[in-house]
Amino acid sequence: MAQATSPPETRPEDEAQAPRYSSDAAGLGKARAGAFAAPALLLIAVFLVFPALWVLYLGLTNYRLTGTAAAEPQFVGLDNLLDAVSNPTFWSSTWLTVQFVLGSAVIGQVGLGFAIAWLLRDRRGPLKRVVEGLVILAWILPSAIVSFLWVALLDRDGGTLNALLGLPGFAWLLDHPMLSIIVFNTWRGTAFSMMLYGAALGNVPPSHLESARLAGASGWQQLRDVVFPHIRGHILTNLLLISLWTFNDFSPFLLTAGGPDGKSEVLAVHVYKVALQSGELGYGAAVSTIILLINLVVAVFYLRLLRSKK
Amino acid sequence: MAAIELRGLTKVYPGGVRALDALDLVIPDGEFFALLGPSGCGKTTLLRTIAGLETATGGAVVIGDRDVTGVQPGARDVAMVFQDYALFPHMDVTDNIAYPLRIKKVSKNDRRDKAAEVGARLGLEHLMDRRPGQLSGGQQQRVALARVMATQAQAFLFDEPLSNLDARLRLEARTFLKKLQRELGVTTVFVTHDQAEALAMADRMAVMESGHIRQIGTPAEVFQRPANTFVAGFIGSTPMNLLDGVVRGDTLEVAGCKVAVPAAAEGRLSDGGKIVYGVRPEYMTYSAEPADGALGGKVSIVENLGASHLVTLDVNDVNVQAVVPEGSEPAVGDDGYALPRRDRALVYLDGELV
Repeated sequence: MAQATSPPETRPEDEAQAPRYSSDAAGLGKARAGAFAAPALLLIAVFLVFPALWVLYLGLTNYRLTGTAAAEPQFVGLDNLLDAVSNPTFWSSTWLTVQFVLGSAVIGQVGLGFAIAWLLRDRRGPLKRVVEGLVILAWILPSAIVSFLWVALLDRDGGTLNALLGLPGFAWLLDHPMLSIIVFNTWRGTAFSMMLYGAALGNVPPSHLESARLAGASGWQQLRDVVFPHIRGHILTNLLLISLWTFNDFSPFLLTAGGPDGKSEVLAVHVYKVALQSGELGYGAAVSTIILLINLVVAVFYLRLLRSKK
Repeated sequence: MAAIELRGLTKVYPGGVRALDALDLVIPDGEFFALLGPSGCGKTTLLRTIAGLETATGGAVVIGDRDVTGVQPGARDVAMVFQDYALFPHMDVTDNIAYPLRIKKVSKNDRRDKAAEVGARLGLEHLMDRRPGQLSGGQQQRVALARVMATQAQAFLFDEPLSNLDARLRLEARTFLKKLQRELGVTTVFVTHDQAEALAMADRMAVMESGHIRQIGTPAEVFQRPANTFVAGFIGSTPMNLLDGVVRGDTLEVAGCKVAVPAAAEGRLSDGGKIVYGVRPEYMTYSAEPADGALGGKVSIVENLGASHLVTLDVNDVNVQAVVPEGSEPAVGDDGYALPRRDRALVYLDGELV
């Protein structure tokens, strides 16, 4: 009782120990914790923060890959940005990118990934392992190999798909370039969504689904009333990541090189073409800045949804 | 409202586990029926098979006049309260209660009226706009009950309805559930592993063990005359004394003592036969003085049960327990004599009641 009624007497001891044992979880104190984090922060600064800032700066100059402007770039202010928004190729690229994101990310990867996860949720055994194995294989193979496989699959003369469909001479990559890269990217990236939803569905309490079944809810009603509300956070996080990844994805270039005639020139490909093929680094950096802004808008949109009251 | 009938109901899980083995059971209309047993005995599987959440491997489930064995859960006209209540966290109390009605396409106003009516009956009227996360365990349970009541189903199924409540609330909820069931008069089957809960609430009960029903009866029948040594050992908050013995003419030799043959077994035992003699500690009269037909020994343990004490006697190396009223409990080491009540003692031959 005496100890309990006299806390002030024990205070000085606690304070005396405070410098040695800091109140943070690891007990390091700010200086030492900072020292541990510094190498990582330095790497991030050098390889992520600096290039991003450098792109912002380049976008304001007439910097080129070759010529006088390469040696002595001039500050041109917002000229590059104004050029971009008045350039019809930029707008067609933006529109193609929107199609690419909606088609291959939102509908393709998220839809297909969820569908596979939902259909396999109660399954055990070889079927589940084979399906998951194939989907994940498409995800982990290097891009170079995967694009070669797809070029071989879609080739006009000796392509596997034409042989299977009995359509010799059908030029998929020339006649349907957007469809080709959308299907390709769906195939390529579904694994991430499938695994994310597989884990999320495991968190839906079985009794909630059973409760809905006993009330007579159909499959769709069970999804609407039980599953989606439970995995809402997973869906939004997944959409955010997949949208941003797909928006900035460069691998369509490996299949179509943006062609034919710019019909599959999504923004990432557009930047590559103007900056490195045409050498207009300043203009390319300005378009990159716009891409960055669009990414920010998309991210803020999803994060707001995520934070809003359910 | 309807009776439930099970005919030869069998459930074998993939892998060969026989969870239900050809069960026959009739639960009359309006009865409050308990399925009791240790974990893994098949009681929850039985409840889920009645609900349709598990498909029967063989046999039939009949609710009312309808064979529902192959019918989807939603079309069986039964409602269930789950152990975790299964309230939808993103819906308020009103929407949770009205959910089954929404699936049945009842108009929005009718649903709200019904939810308000049922909610008021269970004392939820001031909570109707809250989410389940803002409710206490007891309140969540009442919401789950309200959802079941709003469906006006033929039968209610409760899976361990009290196990998620804390001990004090559990006793209140027990009384409340029993009263509610009586008022509604809906056939109700509930699963529990707690024998006290089953005894307290049920009109009738089935005691299950590894896929079989070992006894069906009223709580009084099951408590006073367990049909076999399994039920005898499972029922009762203090376990029944089950003592090996031998028939010696007109008496039984149990733990080295001579006791009288119980009234119900008189004339039905053969001399020299091995039996198990069963008597509940509550049905023993304890005394410090020797008595004819009593089991005598040294007091080895005295446990306080509140208003009484559980005394363990060491009778020739066999433990015999007796309940002693407060005030007259012996001290450890005393000599004591426990006289079984002849009308309550039981004899088991090969595990079955004689």
